[in-house]
Amino acid sequence: MTHDTAPSRRDLLTMIGKVGGAAAMYQAMTALGHAAETQFTGPPVLTGAKPGASVVILGAGLAGMAAAYELQKAGYAVKILEFQDRPGGRNYSLRGGDSFTESDGTVQKVQFAPGNYLNPGPWRIPHHHKALLHYCRQFGVTLEPFIQLNHNGFIHSSEAFGGKPMRYKEVATDFKGHTSELLAKAISAKALDDKLSAQDQEKLMEALRGWGVLDKNMAYTSSLKVSAQRGYDQPPGGGRNGAPTPSQIAKLQDVLDPQVWTAMSFYFSYVMQTTMFQPTGGMDMIGKAFAKKIGKIVTYNAKAVKVAQSDKGVTVSYKDVATGQMHDVSADYCVCTIPLSIISQVDMQVSPALKAAMKAVPYGGHVKIGLEFKRRFWEEDDNIYGGHSFTDQSITQLSYPNDKMFGAGPAVLLGAFARDLAGFQLAGMTPQQRIETALKQGEVFHPQYRKEYLNGVSVPWSRVPWILGCTSAWSEDNRKAHYKNLVTLDNRVVLAGEHASYYGGWMEGSILSGMDAITQIHQHAQAA
Amino acid sequence: MRRSLLRLGALAVLAAAPALADSPGGRPVKLALPDGEQVYKQVCAACHLAQAQGSPDGTVPALAHNAKLATADYPITVVMKGQGGMPWFSEMLTPAQVAAVVGYVRTHFDNAYADPVAEADVKRIAAAIKSSEE
Repeated sequence: MTHDTAPSRRDLLTMIGKVGGAAAMYQAMTALGHAAETQFTGPPVLTGAKPGASVVILGAGLAGMAAAYELQKAGYAVKILEFQDRPGGRNYSLRGGDSFTESDGTVQKVQFAPGNYLNPGPWRIPHHHKALLHYCRQFGVTLEPFIQLNHNGFIHSSEAFGGKPMRYKEVATDFKGHTSELLAKAISAKALDDKLSAQDQEKLMEALRGWGVLDKNMAYTSSLKVSAQRGYDQPPGGGRNGAPTPSQIAKLQDVLDPQVWTAMSFYFSYVMQTTMFQPTGGMDMIGKAFAKKIGKIVTYNAKAVKVAQSDKGVTVSYKDVATGQMHDVSADYCVCTIPLSIISQVDMQVSPALKAAMKAVPYGGHVKIGLEFKRRFWEEDDNIYGGHSFTDQSITQLSYPNDKMFGAGPAVLLGAFARDLAGFQLAGMTPQQRIETALKQGEVFHPQYRKEYLNGVSVPWSRVPWILGCTSAWSEDNRKAHYKNLVTLDNRVVLAGEHASYYGGWMEGSILSGMDAITQIHQHAQAA
Repeated sequence: MRRSLLRLGALAVLAAAPALADSPGGRPVKLALPDGEQVYKQVCAACHLAQAQGSPDGTVPALAHNAKLATADYPITVVMKGQGGMPWFSEMLTPAQVAAVVGYVRTHFDNAYADPVAEADVKRIAAAIKSSEE
């Protein structure tokens, strides 16, 4: 590589692919403008459906209902079988009066005040998830901003800053400042002479001075200028005592704690960038809107037991979970959106390749805990309006309500959002232990917790009986070996759902996979 | 060099993990998992439940009174590779923790397979999995 030649995009991508695998490469491709926003340019145009053509759909989640909506529009006769007594699947909200049973039989009763809710599953929508936004717009689902990046949220690490929570704006400013100073030092020490021309070094020095808010000696030091980003000891005021005083910057060693850069990096993620949205009143507004549009085609409390198929059509056997009676439904095609984590409960008559694919996808075990407090102390006392705080304790993340700001009366805060080991640890506890853990760990941020606490509910997805997991978590190897088989029409049966997409864990993935499933069915039907 | 490359790889994975699904941000939480019992309680019990009874419908299998545990290699392989909806734990647990929890489950919950499970067994199986994937 010559000195003045930057690595090409391709070099860079190859390098990133080697180091971080496909996931990192996809991220990098996205950052470099090579990856598309969403593949949605509008619902598929299905014309000329044969009279009487029929489709049975398993699951009234978003994938199934979006598929049903478009199929009906095209003239297909559609029926949906749904195991639960409500539409939406993971798109749902828990409110006061709801109860929730875990796989070990433990029952939780939600005691939230009227109007308050927890979205146990999906809870935020990226501005580029166009398929989902298309339907929200079309169905009149009211959306409001989901506050994502809040500079006043907290960052907490037990291994840095003496264990004291810091504001995001403080640590992000300090990380930027300290690393800028180090890079400036490297340039001054001629360490980058073989990488950068003299002219570019000069430009970079200027950037570091401005971007890192360095002083005249190119050092990152406490000053009013720095405080204009990270905040002041005494903020600017009016009148006689109006002069601000600077805050003290944190030490380099502290800002190198991974809790700092992982938070910064989180907000850079393509799917986490502002603007994000949430439906006003709870995520289930979307599922309910779909259910209303598709009409009375859903049979609830119907547990699919067997999917048999021939070259002529499909027969699904299901059990009415209320009466225990068995029934059959026949159709020309079947869209199966049952999560792969529980699909082994259905006797699926499909090809060995699809069968192998159905067994190849592990599921994550996220946990959410909703805590209701008497008042919005995070707003009133701590000036936090929406957004998140992060900690290296098991609760992992706190998120503040994005609606009804400045309101009086009880409000629900997301007191834990945990993944991986932390998620399993919380899931393994009793509901009481989870709440106690959430209160104890959350007190690090908000000492008001105990005094203001009213009640709470925890949703450990690995113990949610109708899915036994949260979202699909494809490994790269399994994706390579099985993805195509999983999403391809298998004679008369096609799978859909977030697991049948590259947007695992997002409603957009569910809808896009539903669109592709019905496109395949329609093409097959037209060719027949 | 090899070591620093490996560490770089681990960091890249750490950075990439939260970006794909709708997941929490922040660094991965470290848990104190000093012995097999703690690994079981704090990790496995999330799905296999407190008494290792599995989910009522059998989708998450019971580990209690489970004849498949007779040969330690089988549960070690499942833990390291994952199976069906169960994720692979080779990146979340150390070989010593995997050996400890497999040893624990094989001697508890109405299982009595007393032959010890060593870290070396886990490493041997990890190597076999790796070579089969290459």
